Amino acid sequence: MREKILTFIEKNSRVDLKELAIILGMEEADVANELEAMEKEGIICGYHTLIDWDKVTTERVNALIEVRVTPQRGHGFDSIAERIYKYPEVEATYLISGGYDLLVSLEGKTLREVSTFVSEKLSTLDTVISTSTHFILKKYKDHGTILHERKDDERMIVTP
Amino acid sequence: MRNPLSEKIVSIKPSGIRRFFDIASERKDVISLGVGEPDFDTPWHIRDEGIWSLEKGRTFYTSNSGLMELRNEITAYMSRRIHVSYDPANEIIITVGGSEAIDIGMRAMIDPGDEVLIPQPSYVSYEPCAILADAKPVIIELKNENEFRLTPEELSEAMTDRTKILVLPYPNNPTGAIMERSDLEKIAEICIDNDIYVMSDEIYAELTYGREHVSIASLPGMKERTILINGFSKAYAMTGWRLGYACGPKDIIAQMTKIHQFAIMCAPTTSQYAAVDALKNGDSDVERMRESYNQRRNYLMYAFREMGLPCFEPYGAFYVFPCIREFGMTSEEFAFSLLDAENLAVVPGSAFGDSGEGFIRISYAYSLEKLKTAMGRLSDYVEKLRKKNGTGK
Repeated sequence: MREKILTFIEKNSRVDLKELAIILGMEEADVANELEAMEKEGIICGYHTLIDWDKVTTERVNALIEVRVTPQRGHGFDSIAERIYKYPEVEATYLISGGYDLLVSLEGKTLREVSTFVSEKLSTLDTVISTSTHFILKKYKDHGTILHERKDDERMIVTP
Repeated sequence: MRNPLSEKIVSIKPSGIRRFFDIASERKDVISLGVGEPDFDTPWHIRDEGIWSLEKGRTFYTSNSGLMELRNEITAYMSRRIHVSYDPANEIIITVGGSEAIDIGMRAMIDPGDEVLIPQPSYVSYEPCAILADAKPVIIELKNENEFRLTPEELSEAMTDRTKILVLPYPNNPTGAIMERSDLEKIAEICIDNDIYVMSDEIYAELTYGREHVSIASLPGMKERTILINGFSKAYAMTGWRLGYACGPKDIIAQMTKIHQFAIMCAPTTSQYAAVDALKNGDSDVERMRESYNQRRNYLMYAFREMGLPCFEPYGAFYVFPCIREFGMTSEEFAFSLLDAENLAVVPGSAFGDSGEGFIRISYAYSLEKLKTAMGRLSDYVEKLRKKNGTGK
């Protein structure tokens, strides 16, 4: 039941409760209870909107930063990750296997803002060994949605 | 000049859908619920496999019965889905859509005057294919009160000693009806007792909701008298690839292959390679699409309840078949006036046989957003009619 609810609202969080219950063939009260429980348990962490900011005039710069760090005794990577992800301009932080340790997704208003963050905040942290910044030039697909695609129904209008 | 045309062909009625299509496609901003194919694109990994086969230059004929690799996959699929084992070398043929299998299956089995039992409402091609094969089509009119399932009584009543084939079109287009194991067992018994072959069109087998699909070929004594037809169009959203198949007794498949060999040569090679990937790696796609269809089905059942349109709950395919008798119109009149008043296209039930009269077929191979708009229009229209007829609530 939970998985069905989650799979649906992951792609359409705006659906209203009554409709969600109808579509999933469940009781409205049950769906409401589950949603509330999953919010409390931190399974549902928010209801966001996917926006293609390139189509809005506001300037935004996104970067992915690979960070190599020295893990700390007793804390591993968690405490250094926390020092990084607490910055509001940090969009996402992941611990990564392979050639570096943390992948930090950053959003800034300007190129300068991003580079200032990297050179003054990120690189100067004691445990950070090195950083490598990649600016995002174009977003093709985000959160499973192809951003530049709009398709009309090409099927014939009536078929047997 | 001599009449250039064959009387047999000229006598076949053109599909009832055609006329409706011509009128509907001339209009602008029509919302259509009239489509008999999935709204999903073919899953990308399947398309990619097709592209890859082209890049590798696999552009030649395959063997007449189709790629061995694909037939092996079908064998594996059949044993995991319906627990029937088919010999890939002799008991399977790959065809150009399920439609070709219907055609060559009839032609391989029929002598002039043999009777083919066709339960209706059902897909439009069984009757013409029977006529093309010089059979006498015998229509069984299915009933709403049986949820359009075929009953043993109806079957027995339609049978004669010339009856050779029973067409079993489940899960059904246009009604969405299915046949469950207990329904099929009674039918199978009659077929065995009276030596009747079954052509089981299971093209919608993957699309059942809350009920398991059962193939009549899996019942004892039935594999040897069943031509099972399936394909990739509905389950994998591959309509345009034109790929289907038939599984059945070796002797029948051999004769079908002979017709196929002379008329078609082989099914499209690119599609066959793509289909191998569909069967190998497509289960989760089917599951995802089935879940989506089920959500829409739930929504439509709710919408009809709200509108007060009588409609049994269909457990298969992607159609619902509500009854519109209360409005005192034929289903064709209803469909045309709905199109005219609300710009909403549905298919009149009568296009699928006389017993579809009084019903309309609504396809839910559309996004929920579109279905919502469409149900809004239908509901408005139904209200208007009831007000006009003084039958409003």
